[in-house]
Amino acid sequence: MMALLLPALVGGVLTGGVYALVALGLTLIYGVLHIVNFAHGSLLMVAMFGAWLLATRLGLDPLAAVPLMAGAMFAIGWGLYRFVIGPVGRGDDRGVLLATLGVAVVLDNAALIAFTGDSRSIETPYALQMVQAGPLLIPLAKLVAFAGAMLIALLLWAFMALTDTGRAIRAVAREPEGAALVGIRPARIFALAYGIGIACLGAAGCLLLPSFYVSPQVGGMFVLVAFTVVVLGGMGSFPGAVVGALLVGITENLGNLYLGESLGPICVPLLFIAVLLVRPTGLFGAVR
Amino acid sequence: MALARRPGSQMAEPPLLDVAGLRAGYGAFEVLRGVSLTVAAGEVVAVLGANGVGKTTLNRTLSGLLRPRGGRIRFAGSDITGADHAAIVQAGLIHVPEGRRIFPNLTVRENLLLGSYARGRPARAATLARVLQTFPRLAERQRQKAGSLSGGEQQMLAIGRGLMAQPVLLILDEPSLGLSPKLVEEMFVLIGRLCAEGLSLLLVEQNVVQSLAVAARAYVIEHGSVALSGSADALARDTRLRTAYLGL
Ligand SMILES: Nc1ncnc2c1ncn2[C@@H]1O[C@H](COP(=O)(O)OP(=O)(O)OP(=O)(O)O)[C@@H](O)[C@H]1O
Ligand SMILES: [Mg+2]
Repeated sequence: MMALLLPALVGGVLTGGVYALVALGLTLIYGVLHIVNFAHGSLLMVAMFGAWLLATRLGLDPLAAVPLMAGAMFAIGWGLYRFVIGPVGRGDDRGVLLATLGVAVVLDNAALIAFTGDSRSIETPYALQMVQAGPLLIPLAKLVAFAGAMLIALLLWAFMALTDTGRAIRAVAREPEGAALVGIRPARIFALAYGIGIACLGAAGCLLLPSFYVSPQVGGMFVLVAFTVVVLGGMGSFPGAVVGALLVGITENLGNLYLGESLGPICVPLLFIAVLLVRPTGLFGAVR
Repeated sequence: MALARRPGSQMAEPPLLDVAGLRAGYGAFEVLRGVSLTVAAGEVVAVLGANGVGKTTLNRTLSGLLRPRGGRIRFAGSDITGADHAAIVQAGLIHVPEGRRIFPNLTVRENLLLGSYARGRPARAATLARVLQTFPRLAERQRQKAGSLSGGEQQMLAIGRGLMAQPVLLILDEPSLGLSPKLVEEMFVLIGRLCAEGLSLLLVEQNVVQSLAVAARAYVIEHGSVALSGSADALARDTRLRTAYLGL
């Protein structure tokens, strides 16, 4: 069993990295807009199909497509907030919440019409390539996805911590009226934050594609994990999202290793309950 | 002291802020029913009035947080009636609000930096150095989260953030609210210093005596419009004001 432990741990960390990217977008949107983005899974699915189309129609490798898809998903997210979610929600949290749910329903069904319910995948030259690291054999695609996810998380952190716009986003999150008084336009920041959250999904979609199937239902699977991660790490917390994602990735893998594929999946919910029992605001949640 | 501020000078040149017949309210509730007042460049003007009379509503309307329902606001030579709050900040009319409204989740330094959000980077370092010099206590606490500051320090931060925007006119809404007597004293010393530096101020205060000591002129708001106005010295002696506020 010990021989299997290390690979399971490493595998968990690698998967957790990409979970982190999905969760970062979710926690950013929650932190600023104070709503849970119900369209998150559907937009991840859109990003994966986007990357799949680029790969199959234009022959563009998903890893090379990361900047393009991040940009495209930013535009989609920004536009969705600016023209649909914002106007429909009218600043009322419940309205915004329901608007994101509406977007999810439309996107899911549009994808069913366009792509049917079939699962699809792509062939990459590196799909089966392994990297030797001491006693470990690591799938190259997963390693690259992990590195990419961590790099993007770092860039996002730097943007939030060091730029005026990043500070403005954090300011609006807690004190929109104070932000308005220094000349920040909160409505613009909301659209921007939503766009950035969705741009993370653009990158995540590309990084996931080489090792996962894509179907109109794929978002649900990842987003349930991302919700778990965000609550576990502390709603709205960036470090929480990353640490939570890695923990969930590891727990998932160890659960499957020791308890098998059928009983293993209970480990993540158990971890979730245990953490919340001890720290109701999550690992990095602000105690208000 | 009041004489040095040449209260008659707004006769010659148009006032920096010129508000005429301003109306504003919430829903069906009319709060301001035609408020008119002026502030000349370099002048300190106090706005007085009982609780709930609409002083904060006036400030929120001037800074564009609330849409005026009627009347006219001219600032620095242009009509800003109904202008958006970011454009008003850009023009240099800066509002330090009641209740401070600092960013508790950001550090003191980040709060100050965001104060110059509308100004961009070129002048930022110099302005920050000047503000930190004005508020040594903030300088010591730059890396601390603003939410962990004491009430008095938070008020200093709110004013410091306002100064970072390089105001042409600074609106202070109850800067001494909730401060200890010693800090109130300090606050008025600071306000005196700001106006000695030539900053134009619109000061809303409950501390009538101290406000009238620092201001050149004052307006008293009652029932949605200006009930009484004049030089601070004259108002300080006015029996109506004394009965309404000082219980004398
Ligand atoms: N957002 C709001 N919605 C509805 N009514 C409001 C709102 N804000 C203020 N009011 C009402 O408008 C009136 C004026 O309030 P405002 O805050 O301007 O008074 P104020 O003169 O600043 O009082 P204070 O001296 O207590 O600060 C009050 O009756 C208040 O209840
Ligand atoms: Mg008030």
